[in-house]
This record gives sequence, structure tokens and C-alpha cells, in this order.
Amino acid sequence: MFILSWFFGFLAAVGRSFTALLAAIGRISFFMATAVSHVFRPPLYPRELGQQLLQIGYFSLPVVGLTAIFTGGALALQIYSGGSRFNAESVVPSIVAIGMVRELGPVLGGLMVAGRVSSSIAAEMGTMRVTEQIDALTTLSTNPIKYLVVPRLLAATLAMPVLVFIGDTLGILGGYLVGTQRLGFNAAAYLKNTWDFLEAEDIVSSLTKAAVFGFIVALMGCYHGYNSGRGAQGVGRATINAVVSASVLILAANYMLTEVFFSS
Amino acid sequence: MIEITDLHKSFGPKVVLNGVNLSIAKGESMVIIGGSGTGKSVLIKCIIGLVKPDSGLIMVNGKDATKGDRDEFLEQFGMLFQGGALFDSLSVWQNVAFRLLRGPHKRSKEEAREIAIEKLRRVGLRPDVADLFPAELSGGMQKRVGLARAIAANPAIIFFDEPTTGLDPIMSGVINELVREIVVEMGATAMTITHDMSSVRAIADKVAMIHNGVVQWTGPIGEMDNSGDPYLDQFINARAEGPIEAVR
Ligand SMILES: Nc1ncnc2c1ncn2[C@@H]1O[C@H](COP(=O)(O)OP(=O)(O)OP(=O)(O)O)[C@@H](O)[C@H]1O
Ligand SMILES: [Mg+2]
Repeated sequence: MFILSWFFGFLAAVGRSFTALLAAIGRISFFMATAVSHVFRPPLYPRELGQQLLQIGYFSLPVVGLTAIFTGGALALQIYSGGSRFNAESVVPSIVAIGMVRELGPVLGGLMVAGRVSSSIAAEMGTMRVTEQIDALTTLSTNPIKYLVVPRLLAATLAMPVLVFIGDTLGILGGYLVGTQRLGFNAAAYLKNTWDFLEAEDIVSSLTKAAVFGFIVALMGCYHGYNSGRGAQGVGRATINAVVSASVLILAANYMLTEVFFSS
Repeated sequence: MIEITDLHKSFGPKVVLNGVNLSIAKGESMVIIGGSGTGKSVLIKCIIGLVKPDSGLIMVNGKDATKGDRDEFLEQFGMLFQGGALFDSLSVWQNVAFRLLRGPHKRSKEEAREIAIEKLRRVGLRPDVADLFPAELSGGMQKRVGLARAIAANPAIIFFDEPTTGLDPIMSGVINELVREIVVEMGATAMTITHDMSSVRAIADKVAMIHNGVVQWTGPIGEMDNSGDPYLDQFINARAEGPIEAVR
């Protein structure tokens, strides 16, 4: 009897969280659809877009660049020591290139930008919500979705591919440096190996992933900030939710995009 | 001009507005008074559409405020928020000129800046604050910048949520006079929330007192002192004893 009531209680709890999840997905989808529909309707705010490109794109360069270069270097070391077990040290350049471009460049870049940008967007917009600045925008005949959300979504979606492209390149450079300076690869051979192995599809998939991840980062920051609860606590929670949901969604989207690009 | 009929609004179990009826004529200065937390701010946010009422009708200029073109509707309004709500990423003059720099009636940057500086002067702020950022101002200065922003585009209807809170007595006097001027000279319709009884007497044509979710008393300012309403008497005479309980 006790077991039974415990079991039903458990079922009810699972059901509740499942409906809550569905409701959240519904709200986010609606928010996304509204925001995207505003991208195509004037007025646009080019000044705000420029500012966000600077904030999201340019100022994320050091983080993404450093992440990529160290990862590329570490990858080269790993592949070398792993490959030496079956005399396959020569695959280092190609695996570094593929690994960086297809997976690590976009995913690690996306996660780093999620930490940096989702949080700052959520905190900024959450503060604006709490101090009634978003309401004030409305009373000044300015649609807050257009003025705040659209520039951030566009900027992140446009800037991420550029960031990730630079990250991919620096990652390969990291591998190259370790390969030639520490592991005794011939410089020209390393480059040729890298270059011969990479295909256009690898780069396209990398940049597509980057654009999608950029969109996710900005969307999560905006959604949680825009709907922030009251007070400093509300803003804090919005920031956490933005970073966590952006990171998880990036990893999930990465799996799905990888299926789409490479499963056949 | 503004007709509110049987307005209801609750937040969860908490009933805030419980059947508010109020009408404000064109060119009139209405002052809303009432205890802290009685729903005065919520009332004006309902009118301007920032808070969605549960039920009731709000007519502005003979049109249902919740229907029709939002942009056209909002264009007639200026609003000073209780907390100022200045955009902290923009400088003071860009805050004041926000509306002048955007939208269908966009002005040139120079013209907008000039108007902003003129409005700042009217709220008692010198031109050199124009290039500061909101975070660099005192609370009372921020409030006045908010006020300048609310009146920058010469709106037909202006809402002031506690315009003189946090100001020194002289500045309060200046702001009271300004609100009066806006109504008399510009012919605007004003709705002011205030706790400051000297402001009430300086600004109001009519007074409405909100209590327990309804308009407890409303009438011309001249009748306020002899209303015979025990709630209003207790409120305007600042007495601790009376029908309004001090702990709510
Ligand atoms: N967004 C909201 N969510 C939940 N409750 C709210 C919200 N906005 C207002 N309230 C509640 O509604 C009530 C009325 O709030 P309101 O801000 O209108 O008070 P007020 O009359 O303006 O008070 P004051 O004179 O202190 O400014 C308060 O109890 C407040 O807690
Ligand atoms: Mg209030």
C-alpha cells in the first residue's frame, strides 16, 4: 500500500516535471519565433547591431583563440602518444585538423562563448527587466524585442562562424607548433598533410555548427534575461539558467548536426 | 479622455485592483494617492498596457486601450517610472531624447540634443549633465532625468509615478510647478501618483484615493479637506489611528 502510493507520487512528480519541460519548450519556441519574425520587419537598429558585434564577436576572440590553440596542442600530443601504440604517429596532422574543425573548434568555442556571452546578455537584460528599463522602452514606442533581442541574435549568429573559423585555424596552428617543435614533424609535410586531408564539407559543417551555436547562445541569454524574475536573485537565476541551458543545447545540437552532416 | 470601468487585477492569490472606476477629462490633472502597495503603480501600468488586467474596460480617447494600433496608442503617452528606469547604457541626453532619435518623427541629432538640454533645464538640471551616464547621477537627479524623458516629445497624456520622491523641498517645488505648467500651457492630461501632500495641493485638479483595490474617494481638490470620508481624512492628516490599519 505504502509502496503503491509512493509509486503514484513518483509518477505524478515525473509527470509534473515533464509538463513543465514541455511548457518551457513551448515558451522558448514562441519567444524564438517572435524574435526571428522581427528580424525581417523594419525598423532595424544598425547601431545596436554594430555594438553587439563588437561585444559578442570581437571581445570573445581572446577566449576562443586561447582555447583553440591549447586544445590543438594537447590534441597533437594525445594523438601522437596514442598513435604510437600501433605505429600510426603520422596521422597526427590529419586527426588534429579533423578533430579541431569538425568537433572541438565549434563545440569548445560555443561553450566558451556560452559562458561569456549568454551570461552577460542574461545579466544585462535581466537587470533591465528588474529596473523597468524594458517597460520604459515600450512606453517610448520602441519594441524591446526589436531593440534588444534582434541585434544580439543577429550579432551572435554572424560572429560565431568568424570566431570559430579563427579558432579552427589557431587550433591547427597549436597542433602544428607542438608537432614540429616537440614531436619532430617536418614542417612542410605537416602542413601538406593537414591541407590534403581537410575537405570543404568539414569547413562547412564547422561554420554551420558555429552559426547555430551562436544563435543558441544569444537566444538563451535573451530568453532568460527578458523573463527574469524580480530582484537581484531573479537576475542571478536568469544568468545561471542561460549558461546551463545554452551549454546543454549546444552539446545536443552538436550531436544532431553531426548526424546530419556525417552519418551517411 | 481616460475612462476606467470595473478594473480588476490580481497577482496570484493577491488581489490588487478589485473594481476600479475612474475618469479623467482632457487637460485635467488627476492625482492618485493611497497607501504603499495599494496598486497605484499597477493602475497606471494597466492603462498604458504594461500590465494586462484580468477584467475591466479602459478607454483612452474613446477607444479601447487594449485594441488597435499599439504604436499610435503609445505615441500619445509619456511616463515617468517610480524607479526612474533610465537606460544605463546611454548618456543622459540620449535618454531624454530617446524618442526624438527614433521612429517616424525622428529628428536630427543636433536638434534632438538641443531639445534634450532644454528639457533638462526645465527639470532644474544644467547642460553639463547631458553627457554623463545615469550611474553618475544622484537618485534625485536620475528622477528628474526620467521626468525630462517623459515630457521630451510633448505627449498628450503624461503619467508621473512619484515625481518628487527623493527630491529636496526646493526641487520638489520646481517639479510641482513644472507639472502644473505642462497641464496648463501644453494642455496635457496628467496623472500623478504622489505621497507628498504639498505636491497634491500644488498639482491636482482632482484627487482619487485608492484603498482596498477600489477608488475610495474621488473629487476636486477643493473638496478634499471636507470630504467627510474617514479614510481620506486619516490619510491626508497622516494619523496613525483610523479605519486604515497601519499594518497591512
Ligand atoms: N509584477 C508583479 N508581480 C507580483 N506582484 C506585483 C507585481 N507588481 C505589483 N505587485 C504587487 O501589487 C501590489 C501593488 O503594487 P504597486 O507597485 O502598484 O503599489 P503602489 O501603490 O504603487 O505602492 P507604492 O506607493 O509603495 O509605490 C503590491 O503588493 C505588489 O507586491
Ligand atoms: Mg508605486
